[in-house]
Amino acid sequence: MISDSLTVARSAFEEGTGWELKPEGACKGEICIPLATPPVGDTVQLDELADQLGLALVHDQDNDLWALGPAAPGGRALATAVAPNLTLPRLDGTTFELQSLRGSKVLMVAWSPY
Amino acid sequence: MWQALRNELHPHGLEVVTVGMDTAGAEACRHFIEAAKPEHPSLIDANHVVASQFGIINIPNSVWIDEDGMIVRPAEAAPAPPSIDVPRTNPFEGMTEFPDRAQAIMAEAVNIESDPAAYEAALRDWVTNGAESVYALSADQVIERSQPRSADTSTGAAHFAMAAHLEQAGKHDAAVPHFRQAHQLVPDNFAYRRQAWSLEPGGEGAFARFWQGPQDGNEEAWPYDSEWVSDVQAMGAANYYPKFTP
Repeated sequence: MISDSLTVARSAFEEGTGWELKPEGACKGEICIPLATPPVGDTVQLDELADQLGLALVHDQDNDLWALGPAAPGGRALATAVAPNLTLPRLDGTTFELQSLRGSKVLMVAWSPY
Repeated sequence: MWQALRNELHPHGLEVVTVGMDTAGAEACRHFIEAAKPEHPSLIDANHVVASQFGIINIPNSVWIDEDGMIVRPAEAAPAPPSIDVPRTNPFEGMTEFPDRAQAIMAEAVNIESDPAAYEAALRDWVTNGAESVYALSADQVIERSQPRSADTSTGAAHFAMAAHLEQAGKHDAAVPHFRQAHQLVPDNFAYRRQAWSLEPGGEGAFARFWQGPQDGNEEAWPYDSEWVSDVQAMGAANYYPKFTP
């Protein structure tokens, strides 16, 4: 996720990273990472959470922007075989959610026009 | 490309979802999608979210997901049907109207190995046999086969996200250093490289985004340490896509 501030809304962090902030820690699927200092209130500190969750945090000084990298619990891209609920627009701008295909087998193919 | 096979297998419970990854967004994908006329969901991914979430490092790549939303095959090379034998000769050979670089790209591209027949047979087996298919992996196998992700991979992904954001904000020159960092931190990620290279000026018309290297007569302006032809020559075109592993 990209932010112009280290202080972000709790909901923006959860949407941007896929980590849900619960009393027991930061959770994604069946995985929960306990937090030494669980955030309270409606805003969170990106640098504190990045530190505790092992997320990379990159700063662009000229543009004063922060970029948070993905977590890698277990050292693999996938920490669980539960498919993330990929949510992306179609060509016409309408939103599609992968979980709407529950009940079907899905072949997902990533491509690029270059 | 996947439309005919999708229509055949859709009544048997398979849906296809294609995801176009390009920081240039929907307009860059539009021509290809409209030509393919997909009846399946066809999505636009300007920030390579699918790559970050599923661990994709080159394109085209696929992920198989079962009826319960469980991944049964993690990201792997996905050669598109139809399963036809492509001759190992450069179709541009001797055609002087094509620039030298286009010839060099084609000379490598024809040696890229993939096995669309084996891939398609595996897909059909899974559609027929579901969890009983030898190609449907256990949750542990799926995690184990997904891409390794180190601290460098995560930092590289953050730089790539920053680059994509700056590129979309019209700050191309500010994006380049972050693309470079991503390339250096995650050297086996070819999707990062192809995306960055495709945004530099190169060939004309159809070659514009496939040029993927220095512009003729303007070589010193190339901002990256590598380019498609020499990278593929170094790794060997036959190793461009890992072999399909049942």
